Amino acid sequence: MTTSPSKALVVDKLEVTFDRFRALRGVSLDVMPGESFGLVGESGSGKSTLLRAIAGLAPTTRGSITVNGKLLGKSRTKAFYREVQMVFQDPYGSLHPRQTVDRLLLEPLAVHGFADIEKRILRALDEVGLGSSFRFRYSHQLSGGQRQRVAIARALILEPSILLLDEPTSALDASVQAEVLNLLEQIRRDRKLTFLMVSHDLAVVTHMCDRLMVMQNGAEVERLSADDLAAHKVTQAYTRNLLVASEGFVRPDIPAA
Amino acid sequence: MSTLLTVNDLRVQFPTRTGVVDAVRGVSFTLGRERLGIVGESGSGKSQTGRAIMGLTPSHAKITAETLNFDGIDLLKVSAAERRSLRGNRIAMILQDPKYSLNPVMSIGRQIVETLRTHEKVSRSEARKRALDMLAAVQIRDPERVFDLHPHEVSGGMGQRAMIAMMLITGPELLIADEPTSALDVTVQLDVLAILDNLVRDRGMGLIFISHDLRLVSSFCDRVIVMYAGRIVEEIAAKDLHNAKHPYTQGLLNCMPKIGADTHPLPVLDRKPEWAA
Repeated sequence: MTTSPSKALVVDKLEVTFDRFRALRGVSLDVMPGESFGLVGESGSGKSTLLRAIAGLAPTTRGSITVNGKLLGKSRTKAFYREVQMVFQDPYGSLHPRQTVDRLLLEPLAVHGFADIEKRILRALDEVGLGSSFRFRYSHQLSGGQRQRVAIARALILEPSILLLDEPTSALDASVQAEVLNLLEQIRRDRKLTFLMVSHDLAVVTHMCDRLMVMQNGAEVERLSADDLAAHKVTQAYTRNLLVASEGFVRPDIPAA
Repeated sequence: MSTLLTVNDLRVQFPTRTGVVDAVRGVSFTLGRERLGIVGESGSGKSQTGRAIMGLTPSHAKITAETLNFDGIDLLKVSAAERRSLRGNRIAMILQDPKYSLNPVMSIGRQIVETLRTHEKVSRSEARKRALDMLAAVQIRDPERVFDLHPHEVSGGMGQRAMIAMMLITGPELLIADEPTSALDVTVQLDVLAILDNLVRDRGMGLIFISHDLRLVSSFCDRVIVMYAGRIVEEIAAKDLHNAKHPYTQGLLNCMPKIGADTHPLPVLDRKPEWAA
């Protein structure tokens, strides 16, 4: 029944332990090529840790990760980073403050020994909707939305097949969030990318993803499709609470004293 | 409803090397004992409006207003000392992130006691008792324990409750909450809002709730002011928000993804230069 070679990403009973704290307690998931999979939960639920473990940024103590049919070992190879790239939450913290956009985009190309650097940088900027006029600016000269576009361009420039998105829009205004979400959707369609996206915002995840997993305390609470979530077809009380909470404040009816 | 605060043609300007930046450009509103929401994007001037009322604008900025009146006191004319006695006493402010707004090297209890003893002559034991009562009022389950903890030892939700306790211990009449729940998880967010809601209702405070989250504000406040580029573009009753007339308000509402609504791509704001005019 398993067709794991055709899956883009398989995580099997993954455990991450920091000192004695178990941040992930045996989490499994599988993502098909071209699919967009969401991870939802509160802070401390382990959703970001799962993403970082896949990228090789968190120590795994047990379990396995398979990317495009290849089982990952302790360290990540260069080839892995050509396949998998990550976009971080805070565009103010994830771009080097003393490097120009040009230099930021050049770095991954140089590391991986690409030849047609000039063309790729221009194309990457164009793809994320920034003109070539942004090429020699520093990140402090850009707005939050523009910075996140640069971060996306940097992730895309190696032409990965899988993009790990860690709260890519939570530091942005709602109007800018809409622009960045639209951009992400468009590049996923154009490049047939696979997304694994973390967010605390149920509305963002259901908008972007086909399937999602709700996490709490480093473990899975429930896995469901975005349609089921929209139809309130949830089985766990925790998910229902999140769903109610995301609809805004409800004033309890209190009779006037 | 008695008017607590009158703001008329408030302007805040920051002189910079490249010229004057107009952060707030002629904002007018009145506030009674109600919940007023101020909504806008970053840079819209919503926080600077709150800070000007509180008297926390940096000294190099220029504040002008026809009226900036709090309960009969002209806030622009009073001395710094009078302003200080108002601040934290009759006007209080809750900031966004308890991680940065609480003193990291002082226990939570001592910070609350300090606030109280700055404004009221009370004995140490009396102050401690009132601080513990206040911590209990913001639904901290074990006030005795939390009293002696430092800010880094508590969660974000707990820290924000402590912040609210500190601000409310003097019994202010006007509370300015600047993004009080943005750094919190959704479920914790609602707990904190419920606490604020109870306190506002029971104590009859006026509340200015500053936020970028239009949906949250509309479900929590009575009235909403929408700001864009330092000006008020629309003032509307929260329950009528879905009938907002200004294209900016409509745009802000529409660009948020909704659960169950299948709009791809999301509508984006088409900013018109005349909105800022």
